Amino acid sequence: MSSTPTATTTAPGAQAPRTRPSAPQAPPARLRAWVTRAPLLPALVFLIIVTQLPMVATLVISVFDWNALYPEARTFAGLANYGEVLGDPELRKSVLTTILLTVTVVLVSLVLGMLLALLLDRRFKGRGAVRTMLIAPFLLVPVAAALLWKHVLYNPEYGLFNGALHWILGDGAAQPDWVAEMPLGAVEASLVWQWTPFMMLILLAGLQSRPSEAVEAAWIDGASAWQVFRYITLPHLRRYLELGALLGTVYIVQNFDAVFTITSGGLGTANLPYSIYQTFYQGHEYGLASAAGVLVVIGSIIIATLALRVVSSLFNEEARS
Amino acid sequence: MSATGSTVRGTEAKGGAKAAANTAPKSVRRRNAGLGLIAWLAGILFVLPVLWMALTSLHSETDAATNPPSLAAPLTLDGYREFFGAGGGPSPWFSLANSLTASVVSTLFVLLLALPAAYALSIRPVRKWTDVLFFFLSTKMLPVVAGLLPIYLFAKNTGMLDNIWLLVILYTSMNLPIAVWMMQSFLAEVPTALIEAAQIDGARLPVILTRVVAPIAMPGIAATSLICFIFSWNEMLFARVLTGVIAQTAPVFLTGFITSQGLFLAKVCAASLVISLPVLAAGFAAQDKLVQGLSLGAVK
Repeated sequence: MSSTPTATTTAPGAQAPRTRPSAPQAPPARLRAWVTRAPLLPALVFLIIVTQLPMVATLVISVFDWNALYPEARTFAGLANYGEVLGDPELRKSVLTTILLTVTVVLVSLVLGMLLALLLDRRFKGRGAVRTMLIAPFLLVPVAAALLWKHVLYNPEYGLFNGALHWILGDGAAQPDWVAEMPLGAVEASLVWQWTPFMMLILLAGLQSRPSEAVEAAWIDGASAWQVFRYITLPHLRRYLELGALLGTVYIVQNFDAVFTITSGGLGTANLPYSIYQTFYQGHEYGLASAAGVLVVIGSIIIATLALRVVSSLFNEEARS
Repeated sequence: MSATGSTVRGTEAKGGAKAAANTAPKSVRRRNAGLGLIAWLAGILFVLPVLWMALTSLHSETDAATNPPSLAAPLTLDGYREFFGAGGGPSPWFSLANSLTASVVSTLFVLLLALPAAYALSIRPVRKWTDVLFFFLSTKMLPVVAGLLPIYLFAKNTGMLDNIWLLVILYTSMNLPIAVWMMQSFLAEVPTALIEAAQIDGARLPVILTRVVAPIAMPGIAATSLICFIFSWNEMLFARVLTGVIAQTAPVFLTGFITSQGLFLAKVCAASLVISLPVLAAGFAAQDKLVQGLSLGAVK
């Protein structure tokens, strides 16, 4: 592809989109820079107004003692809300629940997703059909998927799980109340089911970009399947694993639908998004909810920084190749 | 690679070499068939709950609630009739229409905003275009729940509560970063030489956009739209907090099934399936580009 400048174009960037155009110096160049920038501005301004302003407002509200039921009692509280959030055992527990839920779901679906991706990364009859079947869980509306698990699978009286136990083990089969006995596990299982396809898709894309010469050379050298996996596939997949883990984390830390639907935040499954929702929507503690929100944002920024770094390393590699 | 090969030792190496020399194609084929079978089993296991939901939705309420489950019970559409309000329950049509409005209109807005932005980040890039791209992405990383309260207060004070247009705006902002990332990568695939050639031929910008860029980028733009549609259709937290009766969306309608209401399994399954149908259709249609959208364009 040629990147030689032509006489007909005006902007220096048009010839080489992947390189930074030289800095404009003369006024006309500055004008041209604004013309180049113009298509970007509506999206940028819109996004800043709709996503950044609320965050600033949250930050402001978080330093007020503000309960919506007593609006006249709104007073400046400094960092008291933060102290209260950090000292509140319920909220502290929801931090722990969020971490536990996220780590479990991400790790289990990552491992399952990798096994499935390895299975799909070969020719066999009906591979497309299997891929389609595997993606199906991910394509249910999250609330619908959660309802499916809560009522159709977990229900202690007529759910499929206990029905299957009845089928296999006969009349004396145990009939556990899944949600009551392992509430967090119940939420996690449904999320693992929905998120494994996501991990599989990312890792499958990674496997398919694996250089086939290296694998073939290793086979010819007599490497075992495990050695090929350990020394070629896994190092190549590392960045895709990181990407899957971090994006999964970003999405699952925010999970609200499954917790809200399956346990309604009860039985110790309230994660941070649910607790914040609860604090403001039912508790009407605006200041407190905002302080918790700010803390979640700080946590997210830490994860997001890592995620952005991985995305950017993949991105730069792509740009170089 | 030779380093990897040299670590192979002893019988394993001999066995491996022999297999490679003599029986490799056959044994590999047999192993592949075996693994293919496992893949099939895994696929069936994952899709089974969905199939079970479909079967249950076609049973009568009494047949749906037996233990052990009745597989061969007669099929009926009663669950669907119930869901659509035959039994006197709330009709889902309003919420389906609301979801459709919110998803389709917000997707159109996203395209309107994202296409020019992606153009300014790929075909004719601004300075430091990668920084801008990453700013878009970073907004996606912040949890929505943190901005929920100010948005709620704003809506309450401006009378925008229970108004579908508020959701349209929020869904547009929710999907815009993903769309900009995806579109940027699709537009970057348009060869610069093609655009230059068109410019030399004297083509003006609108012609270049419609005749050169659009045909190449179209499949990507379509996939982006489908993914934005899915995310908007699925969204529940904003919809739950900011809508009530008039602007209720389909996922909020589904939350009405959270508490058990006696024998209602067939109805729940019918409702979940009908409301998931647009997502299933859009998802399978965009299957190949799904990863790219979900990984925010990082994986092709």
